[in-house]
Amino acid sequence: MRIYTLAVYLFLYIPIGIIVLFSFNAGRHASDFHGFSIKWYGTVLANPFAMEALATSLIVASTTAVLASIFGTMAALALQKVKGRIRAIYDAAIYIAIMIPGIVIGIATLIALVTAFKFLNPVLENFWPGFLGDAPHLNMGYASVIASHTMFTMALVIVIVRARISGMDRALIEASADLYATPWRTFWQVTLPQIFPAILAGFLLSFTFSFDDFIIAFFVAGTETTLPLYVFSSIRRGVTPEINAIGTMVLTVSLTLLITAQFLLRGRGSQSSTQ
Amino acid sequence: MYGSWANRLLLVPATVWLLVMLVLPLLVVIIFSFGERGTAGGYVPAFTLEQYANLSARFTAFKNTLLLAPTGTFLCLLVAYPLAYFLAVKVHPKWKTLLLVMIIVPFWTSILIRTYAWIFILGGQGLPKVLGFLGIEGVRLINTPTAVLIGIVYAYLPLMVFPVYVSLEKLDKRLLEAASDLGSSPIEAFRNVTLPLSIPGVATGCMLVFILLMGEFLIPALLGGGKVFFIGNALVDLFLQSRNWAYGSAVAATLVIIMLVTVSIYMKLVVRNQQ
Repeated sequence: MRIYTLAVYLFLYIPIGIIVLFSFNAGRHASDFHGFSIKWYGTVLANPFAMEALATSLIVASTTAVLASIFGTMAALALQKVKGRIRAIYDAAIYIAIMIPGIVIGIATLIALVTAFKFLNPVLENFWPGFLGDAPHLNMGYASVIASHTMFTMALVIVIVRARISGMDRALIEASADLYATPWRTFWQVTLPQIFPAILAGFLLSFTFSFDDFIIAFFVAGTETTLPLYVFSSIRRGVTPEINAIGTMVLTVSLTLLITAQFLLRGRGSQSSTQ
Repeated sequence: MYGSWANRLLLVPATVWLLVMLVLPLLVVIIFSFGERGTAGGYVPAFTLEQYANLSARFTAFKNTLLLAPTGTFLCLLVAYPLAYFLAVKVHPKWKTLLLVMIIVPFWTSILIRTYAWIFILGGQGLPKVLGFLGIEGVRLINTPTAVLIGIVYAYLPLMVFPVYVSLEKLDKRLLEAASDLGSSPIEAFRNVTLPLSIPGVATGCMLVFILLMGEFLIPALLGGGKVFFIGNALVDLFLQSRNWAYGSAVAATLVIIMLVTVSIYMKLVVRNQQ
């Protein structure tokens, strides 16, 4: 039993280990290990396409994480007051957003936005006030990737923050009201500090999801290239040690954020048990 | 805490986002699936069932998906169950959290990079070459259904372990003691007590893995080498290469219908039985 468990953990972690190991391999292939070298990292850092894709991914992921954690927290706070049918509709939409495969979201968003833009662009051109310069031309790109990622990750933040709210001590809010604090002040001094770890965990998970997402961006990124899109097209051109170096960097980023998020969400458990 | 108008205001961004980026795009897919293909690709409004009648044109993709998705789900279960059992019943509580976090963390890191690791391992310069040194010649792994199944088990294992673990963790240990007091052998006790009580977790895990596998694109694309073709790969081809939006929408809608049927069977069998 123990041996079996160990074997499964090895199965989960060996591929990750191999990527990391061979990113430091001076040779080109898995079968020729030529000793330790960081030259592939140098190649990646000197590659303008990889660096541009990295910049795009960082912009998309940070914007997504900010939007998702603000809108998600707002919705989670508001939804505790919503009851009955309307609440059931929101819950259904949130679960559909989380459960539906990325590929369906990608396709649906692509055709919906391209169609909408086809109608909106002539309208914009005709009615755009001239003193504002040329009319903007709506197209797939940063905004569509961010909008799509925000939809999914916002649903995730709602679920995480809502779980934290339901574990919160109601008496504190009542006490705050009894002491004549305004609702706004109660929010800043009582509610927010209590739900903050959950918001931060939601932020980190949103960033990780957006940074790692391939399939949605594949459909809605237009001419932009995020890092996963760049890696995918590199793999299509052939396996190179450069991809190992990018992979190691990507894994390091996600692992750091994930472990921080886990730590924050676990802190929740121990905190509420001491209250 | 908040006046009703403030509460509504808090819900505005989430509502707009879910409407524009989730509900509207899904409606567009349904509408487009009854349309026709434009001469230069895209979509022409119409009301016809032609696209649905033509679904068999992508028979291989449906066949592969409906064959490999259940097989992959079952293999996931086979690997996950003993592990979940070990974690829930045998592991010292002190180690539980760490071991669980170690299962969930890979799931949140880039699926693209983790699948790429298997190209590296299963490819000609990887495992087959190592086996060659050991005297086992001519093993071909990459671009076979076996490679796709390995990739599937690797990617979706965490999603199966968790629900099974939760159902086994809840299990009342006194039931097992009672079974042994009444003369059951450990194997009989497992078969008559543990296994039936873990069925809800097993069903939840199978549903989650199966639904996500139905929309899988990356694993067959990278490890199946164009030979093992899923519905997801057909969708990418239909929307990004041949630009046949009407037919693609019908394929996507069918995919969603299969998933909805799976969820409703799950609801009928499991959720209702639990109440």
